[in-house]
Amino acid sequence: MAEAALATRAPAAAGAALLSVRGLEAWYGESHVLHGISFDVGEGEVVTLLGRNGAGKTTTLKSIIGILQKRRGSIVFEGVETIRMPSRQIARLGIGYVPEERGIFSSLSVEENLFLPPQVRPGGLPVERIFELFPNLRERLSSQGTKLSGGEQQMLSIARILRTGARMLLLDEPTEGLAPVIVEQIGRTIAELKKQGFTIILVEQNFRFASTVADRHYVVEQGRVVDMILNSELDQNVDKLHAYLGV
Amino acid sequence: MTTILGVPTAALFGQLLLGLINGSFYAILSLGLAVIFGLLNIINFTHGAQYMMGAFVAWMLLNWAGLGYWWALLIAPIAVGITGVILERNLISQLASNDKIRSLLFVISAILTFLLCYVGIGWSEGTSLAAALLVGAVFGAVWAHVARERISTAEGHVDHLYGLLLTFGLALIIQGLFRNAYGSSGLPYQIPRELTGGQNFGFMFMPNYRGWVVVASLVVCLATWFVIEKTRLGAYLRAATENPTLTQAFGINVPRLVTITYGFGVGLAALAGVLAAPIYSVNPNMGADLIIVVFAVVVIGGMGSILGSIVTGFGLGLIEGLTKVFYPEASSTVIFIIMAIVLLIKPAGLFGRAA
Repeated sequence: MAEAALATRAPAAAGAALLSVRGLEAWYGESHVLHGISFDVGEGEVVTLLGRNGAGKTTTLKSIIGILQKRRGSIVFEGVETIRMPSRQIARLGIGYVPEERGIFSSLSVEENLFLPPQVRPGGLPVERIFELFPNLRERLSSQGTKLSGGEQQMLSIARILRTGARMLLLDEPTEGLAPVIVEQIGRTIAELKKQGFTIILVEQNFRFASTVADRHYVVEQGRVVDMILNSELDQNVDKLHAYLGV
Repeated sequence: MTTILGVPTAALFGQLLLGLINGSFYAILSLGLAVIFGLLNIINFTHGAQYMMGAFVAWMLLNWAGLGYWWALLIAPIAVGITGVILERNLISQLASNDKIRSLLFVISAILTFLLCYVGIGWSEGTSLAAALLVGAVFGAVWAHVARERISTAEGHVDHLYGLLLTFGLALIIQGLFRNAYGSSGLPYQIPRELTGGQNFGFMFMPNYRGWVVVASLVVCLATWFVIEKTRLGAYLRAATENPTLTQAFGINVPRLVTITYGFGVGLAALAGVLAAPIYSVNPNMGADLIIVVFAVVVIGGMGSILGSIVTGFGLGLIEGLTKVFYPEASSTVIFIIMAIVLLIKPAGLFGRAA
């Protein structure tokens, strides 16, 4: 598989890659999960990782943010090699992470959850802007974090990293298990963030949703990137994509 | 003479006050244990020894440097807290690491320096043993730090058992060294001049110093509770306790938080030691005697619960005091009976969250 070729066909419009992943391998304990993932993300792009369950999409995000320590290969963000860094240093470079399980802390109030991640760069969204994006949060500030509904927890999980000044966001299945109305709101939010110049990597099972927000899609299969599809060429590739995803 | 339930009021309130004093120490000590257990997931068996060290540092400050009680109240927790930081960085945190070189360097260089100071330079009289020990530990830590890059740890929790064995072993070593140097009969420490005398309330007499201990303990406990539950730093601590991996992924330095927390918990123990010095004599065994009861308090309150350790600390002190009045034979076992009952009915403790 010509992975390097796939990757270099990448950032269509944008200039040099903001994030560049090459030959990424990762392990959970003894089990080898990623077998050489390579892809690029240009500044201001929204890119999705599509693939079946267990293909390695979540693991890729965890490797980028450094939560998964047992990893090899190369991950370069803004010209800095991060493969040997602990996650706290990677976060400080300006990468914000929204985990699949949302990661809302039950021992913290909504307000404390919102203000937990420290500022890593100047230029984070002001709190007022965050409340415009997620008006529900303003009324629930003093509630316990995990008392929020699933959708509100997802919004809180996104909101808290918008404050930090991170310009690259890793979103792991933000629509999973949520009502269509909420999915729509999250879609609008991602579109709005893209307009503001955020770079986003989105892991999704729901490719219909993905197609409404993304510029490009990488297809992940058994720990490798096997294809890249431009969103503009999605219509011609629907059958191929269905075959990949097994739908 | 007035009586309540057939007991003279003076005796009743006297015992209640005594219970409250004991409760003050239970509360501060179990609070330190709870803070440490929450974040490090380690049962700090060295706590009693660190409480004893606090009292000894107060005694040393007075006898070697001429610094009195109020200075000791400030300096002893910091000094003992620093030894805690050294232990955490070089031994406790390294339990989670696959690479034990840093711990080895620390232990070997500490022992070598200690022997050099103790034998070579002729620091053989008792009072200098602790100094040689301290120099050894500091030198060991510096050397381990220079020779070895900081290894990031706190990635996962270590089995309780290893932390327990390590801290228990350290407690035995520390207590043994102090017993060698100072014997086990105890050293006197005077109540500070400002707090001598007492108040006569009519129904009872309260020595000023004991009143001070209760007030100081309450203030320290409430301040700690406030910092943990209401401030930004406390939010970091609670987040790191609940999910260290994710907290770290936000750019928060969790290993440093862990070190600071351990140092703080140890500092609390030392503070209790200074408060105790004028009441009980300064004795190498003072911590070992108290710590068993304190562990029972922690279990009853709920492992890791901040409020639980404060409330149960004072509450059990009072219950112990009352038992002394009404059924003195049970006074030394009542806390353990309560512990057994609580464990049967609510295994997570009165204030503990079920896992």
